Amino acid sequence: MGNILVVAEFGEGKLKRTTHSAVTFAKQAAEALGGTYSLLLLGSGLDAAAQEAAKLGADKVLVADDDSLGQYLAETYAPTVAAIAKDYAVVVAAASAYGKDLLPRIAARTDAGYAADITEILSEGGKISFKRPMYAGNAFGVCEITSALQVVTVRQSAFAAAEPGDSTSAVEAVAIAGAGEAAGRVKWQKFDQVKNTRPELTEASVVISGGRALKEKFYEVLDPLADVLGAAIGASRAACDAGYCAPDLQVGQTGKVVAPDLYFAIGISGAIQHLAGMKSSKVIVSINKDPEAPIYQITDYGLVADLFKAVPELVEQLKTLDS
Amino acid sequence: MKILVALKRVADPDNANKVKIPADGSTIDTAGLEFKPNPFDEYALETALRLTEDGTKPKVRDGEVIVVTFGPADTESTLRAALATGADRAIRVDANDDQLDGLLVAKGLKTLVAEEKPDIVLMGKQAVDGDTNQVGQALAELLDWPMATFAATIEEQEDGLVVGREVDGGVLELSIKYPAVVTVDLRIVSPSSVYSTKTDRSFKYNEGVRFSPLPAIMQARRKPLDTKSLADLVDDTGLKINYLRFEAPPARLAGVKVADAAELVDKLKNEAKVL
Repeated sequence: MGNILVVAEFGEGKLKRTTHSAVTFAKQAAEALGGTYSLLLLGSGLDAAAQEAAKLGADKVLVADDDSLGQYLAETYAPTVAAIAKDYAVVVAAASAYGKDLLPRIAARTDAGYAADITEILSEGGKISFKRPMYAGNAFGVCEITSALQVVTVRQSAFAAAEPGDSTSAVEAVAIAGAGEAAGRVKWQKFDQVKNTRPELTEASVVISGGRALKEKFYEVLDPLADVLGAAIGASRAACDAGYCAPDLQVGQTGKVVAPDLYFAIGISGAIQHLAGMKSSKVIVSINKDPEAPIYQITDYGLVADLFKAVPELVEQLKTLDS
Repeated sequence: MKILVALKRVADPDNANKVKIPADGSTIDTAGLEFKPNPFDEYALETALRLTEDGTKPKVRDGEVIVVTFGPADTESTLRAALATGADRAIRVDANDDQLDGLLVAKGLKTLVAEEKPDIVLMGKQAVDGDTNQVGQALAELLDWPMATFAATIEEQEDGLVVGREVDGGVLELSIKYPAVVTVDLRIVSPSSVYSTKTDRSFKYNEGVRFSPLPAIMQARRKPLDTKSLADLVDDTGLKINYLRFEAPPARLAGVKVADAAELVDKLKNEAKVL
């Protein structure tokens, strides 16, 4: 018997979809362990978000609502999360920038084992183990955590988002634990948000990624294609490093990991680090003028062509399809 | 300014697709792959060097940079290479990878921090073999220090650092006061990413990490390199995570080449049915 604690994540006052993937993991873990799952929300002014969270089938929604938690800092969040975690068997968050920042601190604070970025939960005889990618997705390890508390982050693209149901969970306020010395030496300054009117990269059913070959025409070439397909835009590390697009578009081992229904790699040669972020996509299309590019080894449909000609042609073809 | 840089060596990440999993799943076999420093840790070392110099005078170190690794005797070549790049001295904690997990490394580092009293501990945001991304955060928690993970820019202030962190949806800026832990992301080695108080803001570094000139490689042989045992640093060396087996990823086969955009759209619509 063991219960699961999901550490929820917010953006602009709403639950982020990363949370819904962590909830799906929690359902599976709770079933395997014969327990229940709760959601923990931290921040300030959480009433609306708590109502939203209460629709996700949790036993309880725990709310740590305090001005001191208004901007996320691991140093102020960790003491409260760790204090609540002690009553649970598993603590989970999505392996987003937030989860990856916070949960290792929770594990250290509670002297617990930590398994990052897991893609599958396995269960046998009331015990759970986790599958997780290593070596840029070129190997998977199946591991178990030996401490009483298990702390994990889950890969969003590997756990389908949980949908809200009809029942409403009880909402409970929880005490805010005092922060340590660390919190007094860190200050949140500002957040330079990248404007994005397209679907979230990690949630889109179609992703179009561009490489360095696009040069300064990165958006000029990709925007019309993304428009016609309602797609998110991603990029290779080389394109991000060269400054052709925002760094948070990076798809790869150390960027975003995506698994859409349809993935376009445009002007991307297919470095190992990039493949790690997209090779679970259902259908992969590549457009590259080099027929020997490694990306073709994992491509379903390859078009060897000059992308500056081929992409506009593709846009025209897709528009005819729509009409 | 005293900076402790944690370094790990990893199997050549550019050939990570050549790792082999034996049929019994007992290990990840990296035989045939050269060991390389974890790229993110190399960036951390470059960051430490930039923070302890005037960018126009990279041979003059203002402060001390200590590199530490947890590994067997042959990881000393990784430390010597870091010394040749500009670090002042090195510490090797004797251990094999299978005796370590992220929390244990963080506990070992905590003891080293108590001995060395650095202003900053720097390391890569993750090692690209285990891909866990844990040690920096865990160390900060064990020390009750502030941290800035996934750093893309760092500006030194009188009593701390202003750090631009790459997070989902943009760049988050934190200011942290010493002592603190910083883990670095890819773009920390861009030309204008790191400025010490000694480096003029108009100065631009070369993209990437610096190389060691031959004389420095010779000198590095004489720089101090201490060895410690894991048990000297941590009482309980038990692991919290236990790997039961390893698996190869599902194979993905190469598909077909199409002649033009029209054929591509036709295949996507009628064969793959994704349009």
